[in-house]
Amino acid sequence: MTQQHGFYIDTEKCTGCKTCELACKDYKDLGTAVNYRRIYEYTGGDWHQDAAGCWIPDIFSYYVSMACNHCNNPACASVCPTGAMHKRDDGFVLVAEDICIGCRHCESACPYGAPQYNAEKRNMTKCDGCYERVGEGKQPICVESCPLRAIDFGPMDELTEKYGYQRDIAPLPPSHLTQPNLIIRLNPNAKSTGSRAGKLANPQEV
Amino acid sequence: HSPAGQFDDTTKRTWSACTVNCGSRCPLQMTTQNGQILYVESDDTGTDTYGEDHQVRACLRGRSMRQRVYAPDRLKYPMRRVGKRGEGKFERISWDEAFKDIADNLKRISKDYGNEAIYLNYGTGTLGGTVTKSWPPAGSLIARLMNCHGGYLNHYGDYSTAQIAAGLNYTYGGWASGNSISDIENTKLIVQFGNNPAETRMSGGGITYYLQEAKKRSNARLIVIDPRYTDTALGKEDQWIPIRPGTDAALVNGLAYVMITEDLVDQAFLDKYCVGYDQKTLPADAPANSHYKAYILGEGDDQTPKTPEWASQHTGIPVATIVQLAREIGQAKPCYIAQGWGPQRSRNGENISRAIAMLPILTGNVGIQGGNSGARESSYAIPFQRFPTLSNPIKTSISMFTWTDAILRGEEMTATADGVRGKDKLDAPIKFIWNYASNCLINQHGGINRTREILGDESRCEMIVVIDNHMTSSAEWADLVLPDLTTSEQMDFAADANFGNMNLVIFCDQVIKPLFECRSIYDICSGVAKALGDYQGESVFDKFTEGRTQEEWLRHIYAVTRAKDPSFPSFEEFREMGIIKRRDPNGHFIAYKGFRDNPKANPLSTPTGKIEIYSQALAEIAATWQLPEGDAITALPEHVSTLDGWDDEKRKELPLQLIGFHYKARTHSTYGNVELLKAANPQEVWIHPLDADSRGIKHGDLVNLKNDYGETFTQAKVTPRIMPGVVALSEGAWYQPNQKGVDTQGSFNVLATQAPSPLAKGNPSHTNLVEIKLLAAKA
Repeated sequence: MTQQHGFYIDTEKCTGCKTCELACKDYKDLGTAVNYRRIYEYTGGDWHQDAAGCWIPDIFSYYVSMACNHCNNPACASVCPTGAMHKRDDGFVLVAEDICIGCRHCESACPYGAPQYNAEKRNMTKCDGCYERVGEGKQPICVESCPLRAIDFGPMDELTEKYGYQRDIAPLPPSHLTQPNLIIRLNPNAKSTGSRAGKLANPQEV
Repeated sequence: HSPAGQFDDTTKRTWSACTVNCGSRCPLQMTTQNGQILYVESDDTGTDTYGEDHQVRACLRGRSMRQRVYAPDRLKYPMRRVGKRGEGKFERISWDEAFKDIADNLKRISKDYGNEAIYLNYGTGTLGGTVTKSWPPAGSLIARLMNCHGGYLNHYGDYSTAQIAAGLNYTYGGWASGNSISDIENTKLIVQFGNNPAETRMSGGGITYYLQEAKKRSNARLIVIDPRYTDTALGKEDQWIPIRPGTDAALVNGLAYVMITEDLVDQAFLDKYCVGYDQKTLPADAPANSHYKAYILGEGDDQTPKTPEWASQHTGIPVATIVQLAREIGQAKPCYIAQGWGPQRSRNGENISRAIAMLPILTGNVGIQGGNSGARESSYAIPFQRFPTLSNPIKTSISMFTWTDAILRGEEMTATADGVRGKDKLDAPIKFIWNYASNCLINQHGGINRTREILGDESRCEMIVVIDNHMTSSAEWADLVLPDLTTSEQMDFAADANFGNMNLVIFCDQVIKPLFECRSIYDICSGVAKALGDYQGESVFDKFTEGRTQEEWLRHIYAVTRAKDPSFPSFEEFREMGIIKRRDPNGHFIAYKGFRDNPKANPLSTPTGKIEIYSQALAEIAATWQLPEGDAITALPEHVSTLDGWDDEKRKELPLQLIGFHYKARTHSTYGNVELLKAANPQEVWIHPLDADSRGIKHGDLVNLKNDYGETFTQAKVTPRIMPGVVALSEGAWYQPNQKGVDTQGSFNVLATQAPSPLAKGNPSHTNLVEIKLLAAKA
């Protein structure tokens, strides 16, 4: 097996602008219903009123940009009845679209929402890590597009050395489930995985 | 997609740009195959070192340019209206028919009413181009064409900055500049009033990237004052202070009270550089106690001390927060205080803009490194030649926001009641409208329902020509619709970006051949010029074109630029490079540094040459202009209550204050037809959970927003990211009424007034009251 690659997401720099999502849609020629990258807005907190009637906020909000984490233990592949969803020797998790029957089991199994059903093709599709670009020595299109330089991509050992080990942040699931190749830099507002302090504020967008 | 007859059957990459009006300017690299755009990339050149050569990365909109080029509603050929105006019914005509129709009407209207009846409407759809530049009107090719044929009625001001441009003109003289945002690396404290670059200037070369990088270098605290918890804040701020819309001047008053009473003002700066802070520098013929200090301490006319308690009542900000903020600003030096253009876009916005500038003035932060003037950030610009547009024989201009009134009652409009400039009054109503790269005919102009009525009377404005890429809401109100090329289909240069201590110029090459029968603005104007024949014995066509094609003009413009600055590469080298980037040779731009260093040698362009806290010119205007009841122009930057403000009686029926904001789905209304962007960023109104609960509204429900001016539907975003009592709807969604005339798309301007602000006669877009009702629960 060659080096496992993964994504780094800086949730402090991220402004939720969705350039990564739209750059990917343009490059991969995706329609409105298929999102290889999704931007989760996690928001919560309350306001209280002081004696004079002024409203005082105690709230938080931040965005988490998510594609496929090309997990070490990909839930999508483990439930796939045909073997279409598979982890390659080089670590990328791909779906063989000519084999996929579109049963959508992987869609329910993946805690990150990475497998995306394409209704026109009637099969699953997903982020392939732009492995062809990576093979040419380029970065995935989303990484190059980020106006805030909040996304990085590379061999996991290099990313870990640069950015550390943090993999968990609300509203993402605990990382031990699938061992995602993902490193997170926490926003000052960040809440822990499993936190009930906030909620997914834009469910219709992801 | 593209028609047959491609000019290339190999895959290639060509430089282009996104030239819309967000304030940034982004290079695009388009990969084509067989003459069709496959995908779009942006700047991937150089080392991406911040402030040296960092990449200017397009945002989600630039990345979606392919969707605009191949949009299903692209205008394909010239069309003439067949139904009633606004019905959106058109027939296809030839270019020759269109040119003749326009020329005949221009000649007739010019003869019957004079050229003052021919108006160039505001439009910034191609702001960043050189040939294609759509604004300022005098910088556009339409102006050049009209200047070959007797001229046109001009406009001043703009929908973005009318009130701050007018207001701070009286404080600093002319357009008020600010320190470049990169200078934040030298500051101790950043205070942003309604400044939200993460949503207004999102590009990766633009202000939001600069703000993050510069802040990282100074490690300065960031305080964001805004009714919304914006994407600029979002954990990057150290403090968010929500404020009632329209009350920024009241907050400043409370801060000034603390600074004055706790001896935190820079008295030496106020004495040396300013007029009217206290009795010492008050003009001799100004009334006694009409100075700023007296106003704040309650020794002026209103006898009301502007204590933190007073300010708290107006702003909704706790007293302790106001006191703490005043002390923090007063003790941090240097302090970078800036205002975005949200606060000033109010009915009392001229005074708000002047009031915010009082904070750096009181604390002596003007003209120094790490400080700021209180205006929005400025940036370094690369000197670049513009398309020459000749001169306009007509000297009259109106505020860009008053053109519907100029259709309705042009001859009644005067300098002192309506802000007519260049003349005491208009002599003719508007009879002909050029609307190029503009959705301001309907969508981007407040009071859509009133505009519909005025334009619907076809006997008033007799001809409307819309030139655009798509069937916009405005194009539906045209008499003639002409299909323009997108940036991807023609050669141009893009400049005029807002950056920091770096800037760029982009070579926009022709990426694909023109689609359908679309033509460039240069060819369209040339065609009209030919149909106009001779004017005063001279061929309009010859005068307009000077015998050059579009590419020949670009080569000429570039040669002129290069003659002035030989360090520019050759035309062909530039074409290959795509972008020229330069660092500001002076480091960071420091606004009013020359004045600060030597005020005698470098006076401001105000009447006194100093910073005018008290403006005699405004005192005179206040005494001589006719204003509607409730509006005020004041010599000092006072807080004034307004119609449709938080303390208006109307709030009993319309309890929510409504503000607009710039949305990532669009640049104003541009890109508003792109399905991918709409799906990723749904149109929605932000409403606080308390306000939603009391109305039975849940997240995602369809709601109705209504007030005296109109009504619209959209979905609710129930979020604690907005303060109670305030709702926010992003501007720019394309107006689309149902059969009852109610907008169905959440188009902001149906809810906005057409009554202008007092001094600038500008659009008070953020001063609105509404009520919201549940229409249908989310399915």
